[in-house]
Amino acid sequence: MSVQLREMNEPVVETTPESLESIDLLRFTTAGSVDDGKSTLIGRLLYDTKSIFEDQYAAIERASELRGDETIDLALLTDGLRAEREQKITIDVAYRYFATPKRKFIIADTPGHIQYTRNMVTGASSAEAAIVLIDARKGVLTQSKRHGFLASLLQIPHILVAINKMDLVDFDEDVYERIVEDYTEFAAKLSVHAIDYIPLSALKGDNVVEKSSNMPWYDGQTLLHYLENVNVGANRNMVDFRFPVQYVVRPNQDFRGFAGQVASGRIVPGEEVVVLPSGKRTRVKALHFFKEEIAEAVSGDAAIMTLEDEIDISRGDMIVRTHNLPQKSDKVDAIVCWMSETPLNPDGNYWVQHTTRRVQGYISELNYKIDVDTMHREAAETLQLNEIGRIQLTTARPLFYDRYQLNRATGSFILIDPYSNNTVAAGIIRGKSRRVADLVTGEIDSTEIGIAESDGDTQRSTNVVWEQGDVTRHMREERNGHKAAVLWLTGLSGSGKSTVARLVERRLFDLGFQAQLLDGDNLRHGLNGDLGFSAEARQENIRRTAEVAKLSFTHGNIVLCSFISPFQRDRDFARSLLPPNRFVEIFVQCDLEVCKRRDPKGLYERALRGEIKEFTGVSSPYEAPQHPELRIDSAHNTPEVNAQLIVDYLIAQGIIPRQTG
Amino acid sequence: MNSYRRSHLRQLESEAIYIMREVAAQFERPVLLFSGGKDSIVMVHLAQKAFYPARIPFPLLHVDTGHNFPETIAFRDRYMEEVGARLIVRYVQDSIDQGRVQEETGPYASRNALQTVTLLDALKEFKFEAAIGGARRDEEKARAKERFFSHRDRFGQWDPKNQRPELWNLFNGRKHDGEGFRIFPLSNWTELDVWQYVKLENITLPNLYFSHRRDVFERDGVLLAVSEVTFPQFGEPIENRVVRFRTIGDMTCTGAVESPAANLDSIIAEVSSARVTERGARTDDKRSEAAMEDRKKQGYF
Repeated sequence: MSVQLREMNEPVVETTPESLESIDLLRFTTAGSVDDGKSTLIGRLLYDTKSIFEDQYAAIERASELRGDETIDLALLTDGLRAEREQKITIDVAYRYFATPKRKFIIADTPGHIQYTRNMVTGASSAEAAIVLIDARKGVLTQSKRHGFLASLLQIPHILVAINKMDLVDFDEDVYERIVEDYTEFAAKLSVHAIDYIPLSALKGDNVVEKSSNMPWYDGQTLLHYLENVNVGANRNMVDFRFPVQYVVRPNQDFRGFAGQVASGRIVPGEEVVVLPSGKRTRVKALHFFKEEIAEAVSGDAAIMTLEDEIDISRGDMIVRTHNLPQKSDKVDAIVCWMSETPLNPDGNYWVQHTTRRVQGYISELNYKIDVDTMHREAAETLQLNEIGRIQLTTARPLFYDRYQLNRATGSFILIDPYSNNTVAAGIIRGKSRRVADLVTGEIDSTEIGIAESDGDTQRSTNVVWEQGDVTRHMREERNGHKAAVLWLTGLSGSGKSTVARLVERRLFDLGFQAQLLDGDNLRHGLNGDLGFSAEARQENIRRTAEVAKLSFTHGNIVLCSFISPFQRDRDFARSLLPPNRFVEIFVQCDLEVCKRRDPKGLYERALRGEIKEFTGVSSPYEAPQHPELRIDSAHNTPEVNAQLIVDYLIAQGIIPRQTG
Repeated sequence: MNSYRRSHLRQLESEAIYIMREVAAQFERPVLLFSGGKDSIVMVHLAQKAFYPARIPFPLLHVDTGHNFPETIAFRDRYMEEVGARLIVRYVQDSIDQGRVQEETGPYASRNALQTVTLLDALKEFKFEAAIGGARRDEEKARAKERFFSHRDRFGQWDPKNQRPELWNLFNGRKHDGEGFRIFPLSNWTELDVWQYVKLENITLPNLYFSHRRDVFERDGVLLAVSEVTFPQFGEPIENRVVRFRTIGDMTCTGAVESPAANLDSIIAEVSSARVTERGARTDDKRSEAAMEDRKKQGYF
């Protein structure tokens, strides 16, 4: 392999605070055995992104020589511990780091041999994407399915199937297509949001960082392009505010702050909150971060909260909004992965660590274990290391939780052996315990804690399982002769979004493509008729629309959404529902004054008279997209010209085919 | 970046703060190990952020080999006053005087290995059960598998095969009497992240990190500063060069690099295009391929 070490004349990274704040973070996990070339792939990524240093390279060169290897083994870069090097296996999750100017990456590299399940679950717990490696010569093996199953169990939002060693099958398109077909068929059984496929050769570097000239038939992205562009934050729950209190900060009589990391959702000062388990209500007085008072805290922020009233609160309590409560139960239904050499003790007690709370608990029932290779259920008396099973967990004090599928942070727990103090299991909560006896005696539901007047957003349908039909999007796309996509037109009222969207819809229809228009005004007559124009209502408006758009997308359509959608976070939410490159944010630019002059529905006039409250551009802000896929200028271009620009963009992106003749 | 996204540095910051608070909540007697280097300065900054307006709720411990750069000690004392933190200093010299350790001799003599004993003694003296360190997983191969909460047995030793799995952000700090933990809040940071964060947060660092003129000599490919404890042997000429230090450890094993980088921007540019890891300039890691792994098992960081 060719050696390209870092050059000193690399472009200098700009270090303005803005540029530093623009780099985001992707945590992903890699699954596959040594034979699939996983270590080589990671070595290759580090190598081609110039993340390997001369001394590291020299060290593996030295080690390869000592072992009498003829070529330098890139896998040595990732096999850290001496025992592993001697036995040529990796036995634990290792973390690797590399960065491009756009993103920093944390790889949880999980080994493929013994203890596979335990390690994969550990790596997957914090990952937002998983790379499943498949050896092109071998096709879809049992273990490739096992990786997919575990990734879906842990709810990793993006799965990339990397079909490696294409060089050993002469870069044959048919081999690739067959594996894609096989895996797609298998994955239909999983609840996975997005699966992508890339044919590559880690050893030779094809389609890893540089596009391969050996596979002209492949018109998709390279691995690095995928990693740089896959949507991050797709699994963050931005709706349900949960704040597990981690530590009480009390420097003096006058200050009593509650420190914690926002587990999900968002909070601003002034909001009414309730403290669990006490059920006491109060309001958020202020949010602090170091010496600043901050205007909001969102999922992931490590903030300190002060409250209007003096309430006794300690570590392990949870602060939530009064109108959006978690579930409460001392019996939960869970899937656990056993992580200890000591098997599950059906009669034993365990510490249950859930958010910042630690309570005693025991396994009241072991329903079955799941064979990770076949996904079949089997009767079980206990769980051994690396086994996965479904349990009913009873706790000494109730847990405040959400289902894992909705909220990773409040839906996960670990079990700790009280004698060895070891972490023995990882658990994900499916919901309230499903024992018949429990159903008969009737449990206290969270809606009966005595504080809730639900405003609707707590009423999630907990028994709905995502059904994936046998007809996949890929099959529909193939028949339609074009790819599915969501085109999101955002802009001020009167900027001409709907006019352009209608023209594009018509053009696509005339070309024989499946196109569908979702118009803001029209949806507000029906589906969204119950919503007003506050920031919350707008958010919900967009959420519903985005979900409808996603359904339509899944059915192979090109969906045009014409919405003012003034807030970036709402547009980002819509983006988060779709695979990368299938969400096209189109900024319909038009000067506010021009919009006011046009005022096709007389709305600006009414807003300026104060008859319409929270009108975007008049009394409510519009956050212009910073990085839209496309900008069109409706003040200077005719709608026809703009429609053509959009159609041209779809052709350039390969979403619709180029028209001949 | 919209109001819901957080940059990589903010996410790393939030993670480190979360760890600091977990330590304060889960342990009765934690301590933060302070070396005077940039990583430990960043840790103190993060600890301040984690608990402000309260003071950092645990003391800082510096194990002084007696072979520190004078600049490091001056900076340390100034910085402690500014932060208002409680600092405990323990000296390797005392361990030598008490006969707890034997000083190495010869031109390659270093107190780097000896400080493990002084450290373990200090942890025992104050019954510290969790020691927060600034080690990062990107520094060395053996650290790639290190946990945030790294369990140590009664002898302060690390058993790579007996580490607890860490899932989501649930950290298990339960332990038997006499056992301890090493905690690494910067686990997921790289050298570049640290520098970028220093820039973003406007953190002051010792001048040693920025390029300056200094008398140095070359030994085994490493540039060492001329000082009372490091002096050239025959065939090692003294040269006055423009250098800076990428790490600030014990003078006997911390090498300088030739660099014109006199400010943060040029250091960030230099680090992001560097050809050698920062530990590449440390002689202690070169002793054998598994050198770090061996030292860790004995209780070193």
